[in-house]
Amino acid sequence: MANHRAAWTDERAEQVIGELLRVGVILSVVVILIGAVFYFLHHPAARANYRTFHSEPDDLRSIARIAAGAVKLRPREFIQFGLLLLLFTPVARVAFSVFAFAAERDRTYVIVTLIVLGILISSIVGHI
Amino acid sequence: MPITEFSGLIFLISGLAGFLGALTGLGGGVVVTPVLTLLFGVDIRYAIGATLVSVIATSSGAAAAYVREGFSNIRIGMFLEIATTAGALFGAWLNSRVPTSALAIIFGLVLLYSSYLTVRARHGTHTTQNADPLAVRLRMNSSYPSAGRRIEYVVQRVKAGFSLMFAAGTISGLLGIGSGALKVIAMDRAMHLPFKVSTTTSNFMIGVTAAASAGLYLFRGYIDPVLAMPVMTGVLAGSLLGARILVEAKIKALRLIFGLVVAFLAIEMIYGGMSGRI
Repeated sequence: MANHRAAWTDERAEQVIGELLRVGVILSVVVILIGAVFYFLHHPAARANYRTFHSEPDDLRSIARIAAGAVKLRPREFIQFGLLLLLFTPVARVAFSVFAFAAERDRTYVIVTLIVLGILISSIVGHI
Repeated sequence: MPITEFSGLIFLISGLAGFLGALTGLGGGVVVTPVLTLLFGVDIRYAIGATLVSVIATSSGAAAAYVREGFSNIRIGMFLEIATTAGALFGAWLNSRVPTSALAIIFGLVLLYSSYLTVRARHGTHTTQNADPLAVRLRMNSSYPSAGRRIEYVVQRVKAGFSLMFAAGTISGLLGIGSGALKVIAMDRAMHLPFKVSTTTSNFMIGVTAAASAGLYLFRGYIDPVLAMPVMTGVLAGSLLGARILVEAKIKALRLIFGLVVAFLAIEMIYGGMSGRI
């Protein structure tokens, strides 16, 4: 590991990306399943009703509020937090690729990847 | 219906959809939305939100395996993701301007096309000469492993592929599906990538594309955690299982049956949209 920089190749980046995606999906599924257990314990008599659309409450629509609710172990927010982790998994993959292309000194692809990351972040910005 | 029964049923159906979707290569997400709306009376916006989440999960789960085998081309994927993510934002914006009945009709048309693709056999194209100069400049030409050696390939018509990818991204953002079928066409027909490369690279791109519109869906309140939970875990479990027992032998009959089911759902969606039921 003396020459850390030269060690970055497409193959090694692919290994890390594969691992990143796997960990992200597993983590989110675990959080979602724990949230599901909370939910069924708290609301055993709830009934499914999705016939009419009336947007989700504010607590389930902003990242900060979802996180705050998840910390308080509120079941719906907890599941939603797991879904957020899933949503961030591809974003983390793209963010890592910026670093990997930079380490390979591939300027064109650093720019390409930054554009993709910018588009992804623009969809989240303003709704934190 | 009590929530426990409802969730259990949705989990099983999503699992079946994910399983068949993986076996036939169509993806599971595309049938979950029609099943939720037609069979369970779920509003199409909730159905789209829940399905989109499952699309991110299956794409990331499968890509985790593919990417390490060296089939997917990260450079092609990343470059085309500019088009698919921009398209996805546009599609998610369009979604809020279009009445749900129109969404159902468009969904039905995309399903009809998908069923046609499922039944029809695909031929991978493969070129080794006369690469698009743009592909050379973008270092897209590469190789993939096959029986212990590397097989070289070059990339054609990058601009055409890029434009098609914007359309695929728009459909993905509009309907909350991976639109893997459209992505594969852009890479098969326009860019002439080998079968293995286009399939795995398309799958690799689906998660990022879906993540672009998922943010907007979340903030618009389309993603209900209690509905998304069984859909996402079901489709993911089913598709991982399907990928594991991918046996080529009986695939043909299965493709035909699944294609017919999808065609039936397509017609029901179009009818539902036209009659104003959805």
